[in-house]
Amino acid sequence: MTVPMNPGTAPRPWRRRSGTPWLYLAPALVVLGGLLGYPIYQLGLISLFHYTQAQVSGGEPTRFEGLGNYAALFRDEQFWQVLLATVGFAAACVVCTLAVGCALAVLLTRVRAVPRLALMLAALGAWATPAITGSTVWLFLFDADFGPVNRVLGLGDHSWTYGRFSAFFLVLLEVVWCSFPFVMVTVYAGIRAVPAEVLEAASLDGASQWRVWRSVLAPMLRPILVVVTIQSVIWDFKVFTQIYVMTGGGGIAGQNLVLNVYAYQQAFASSQYSLGAAIGVVMLLILLAVTLGYLRLLRRQGEEL
Amino acid sequence: MKLSARLVAVAAVLATAACAPQTSGDSSSDKDEKTGTLRVWLFQEVGNKPKEKAVDSVLAAFEKEHEGTDVTVEYIPVETRAQRIKAAFNDPKSAPDLVEYGNTDTAGYVRDGGLADVTEEFAAWDEAKDTDPTARQSVTVDGKVYGAPYFVGVRALYYRTDVFRELGLDVPRTQAELISTAKEIHAARPGMYGIAVGGAYTYGAMPFIWAHGGELATGKGGSYASALASADARKGIEAYTSLFGDDNCPAAKCAGMGGNDTVTAFASGKAAMAIGGDFSHAAVEAGEVRGKYAVVPLPGVEAGSIAPAFAGGNNLGVLRSTSHRTLAVDLMKRLASKKAQGALFDGMGFLPTFSDVREQAAAKEPFVKPFAETLAADTKFVPASPAWAQIDSSLVLPTMFQEIVSGRKSVAAASADAAEKMDEAFGAVG
Repeated sequence: MTVPMNPGTAPRPWRRRSGTPWLYLAPALVVLGGLLGYPIYQLGLISLFHYTQAQVSGGEPTRFEGLGNYAALFRDEQFWQVLLATVGFAAACVVCTLAVGCALAVLLTRVRAVPRLALMLAALGAWATPAITGSTVWLFLFDADFGPVNRVLGLGDHSWTYGRFSAFFLVLLEVVWCSFPFVMVTVYAGIRAVPAEVLEAASLDGASQWRVWRSVLAPMLRPILVVVTIQSVIWDFKVFTQIYVMTGGGGIAGQNLVLNVYAYQQAFASSQYSLGAAIGVVMLLILLAVTLGYLRLLRRQGEEL
Repeated sequence: MKLSARLVAVAAVLATAACAPQTSGDSSSDKDEKTGTLRVWLFQEVGNKPKEKAVDSVLAAFEKEHEGTDVTVEYIPVETRAQRIKAAFNDPKSAPDLVEYGNTDTAGYVRDGGLADVTEEFAAWDEAKDTDPTARQSVTVDGKVYGAPYFVGVRALYYRTDVFRELGLDVPRTQAELISTAKEIHAARPGMYGIAVGGAYTYGAMPFIWAHGGELATGKGGSYASALASADARKGIEAYTSLFGDDNCPAAKCAGMGGNDTVTAFASGKAAMAIGGDFSHAAVEAGEVRGKYAVVPLPGVEAGSIAPAFAGGNNLGVLRSTSHRTLAVDLMKRLASKKAQGALFDGMGFLPTFSDVREQAAAKEPFVKPFAETLAADTKFVPASPAWAQIDSSLVLPTMFQEIVSGRKSVAAASADAAEKMDEAFGAVG
């Protein structure tokens, strides 16, 4: 922000330019500030106090704790394990979602109208299904006693949710299933916008399907891919419903806990709002760091977004 | 100039808002009006009509007695009760005067400053002397009484009479026999659990700990200490977790089960025994095993003894924010009276908290007998500490059982870890 050195003189053109945009932005900024800034500010504030139900309803006085909640959180061994599991799980989900979404988007451009419509409808159906319904259905499909998957694969009464990785794998399938349509539709729209002559030129040069994607489509779709990647990172890092429903609130002995479910269990279910707020702030910072780091990386590679 | 003005404005906004997060202040009311509207929240049960009928007759008598009063009852859904009641504590203006609440929540609600101390009124109430001790304990925190017990729920051993007869088995009389019988049944009927148990079924596991002389925690008032790692408690944990495995209830399936899952397994004929409550009776009757089962008290360690059971149930309590304290306490006593509890039992099958009323109930309905016997023998309650809500919701006990049955930790290691987590929670509120 530039501050005018000499406010007494007549306004110079650059000065007006610097003030007017803010005026136009003001309504949006006020709304954003109210809807985003204030809750985050409250979250940060609460995380500095000892703030439980007793404090909210006036049973006990509110006590300033400084960074006590954060210290307690970072001392908790389980928090680090859960954080590690969350990062790994989210990364796997993002990679799988993007791979499936992009592959199907390319497929959509290659098939005829009827199969395309069928694929679109199926994807939209998955997209429209509420997470809790989807999770319940997936759980039923893989049910040890009555699930069709075990019957088809001849696995007897194998339990998919007992082992740590097998349970995470099951949840991953559901997460990918309900989030690939967004990637697919967005990327498909992007591909449609790519001029046909570019693709034609590539195929005239004898480029393979994979080569076209890597050297032509992916670079041209970069802005779209950036957006869907960041979206997926945020969604998959914050996954709650699928884990909560499919692993019965965190799996056997908490083996499938992710950060959001952990926060709910440790903090909100027992009304320790300040600890929950601290976990929320930590999540916010991690997501901000990931997103900013990613954007910087892209910028360094010479892409303007 | 412009910038500094903006900075000042931002700073001013921050300064006015930055003091502390919101609290609703001290909610106790000094008013005690003798007329007006009383608001009551009761839980909406499955098949609620008989409960409404029992309550309505109490209300009619109450309104007749106190002229100029009007009572509105709202039946709140059980699933969202925690949020509703917390919201009521936060906003005394829209809060009810009298609420029904789960008895494990007593200590937490007292700490939240939500419930009124009714020690004097409870002591002066002539019917209260017949309240059974565990029910009384469930409304008591630090020697003060915060409500009236409304009904109790207790668990006992359901077993399949036809399976026992076909295999020539006797009903187990000790916990050792229970374990060996369960394994015998599973060996003879591999598709069936001998006894359905669950790694997340805390209330089904507690009787094993108590029967072996163990405790969840020892102490009084604010200073509890976990007793899970004691030798006796470990014996109980060992006994319960020995039921998980390929010789009874495979860990791969049973580790994740909760109380409802075990009852469902029994009701659908997948288990020869299960630990179920008097409140599970309807679900089992509606299942495939109707007419093919019986219920006995869960055996203890010694032959002929009964394992101490967890006394669940609900209480009625007056909110501290009420402006009709006298009226609300009177209504609470009427709703929780012997007569009203008898009517509630007739309609809903909920067990009365008065020993004498319960005996009459058992005489009327034979299915109540094993549950009444269990209650008469010995019941125990979770630690009356606000930390219990945290221990419960952070799944300390299920995690311990699951760590053991999945082979991740030994009984000693898992119980020591659980005890540490419990002590941390007790310490945080102490």
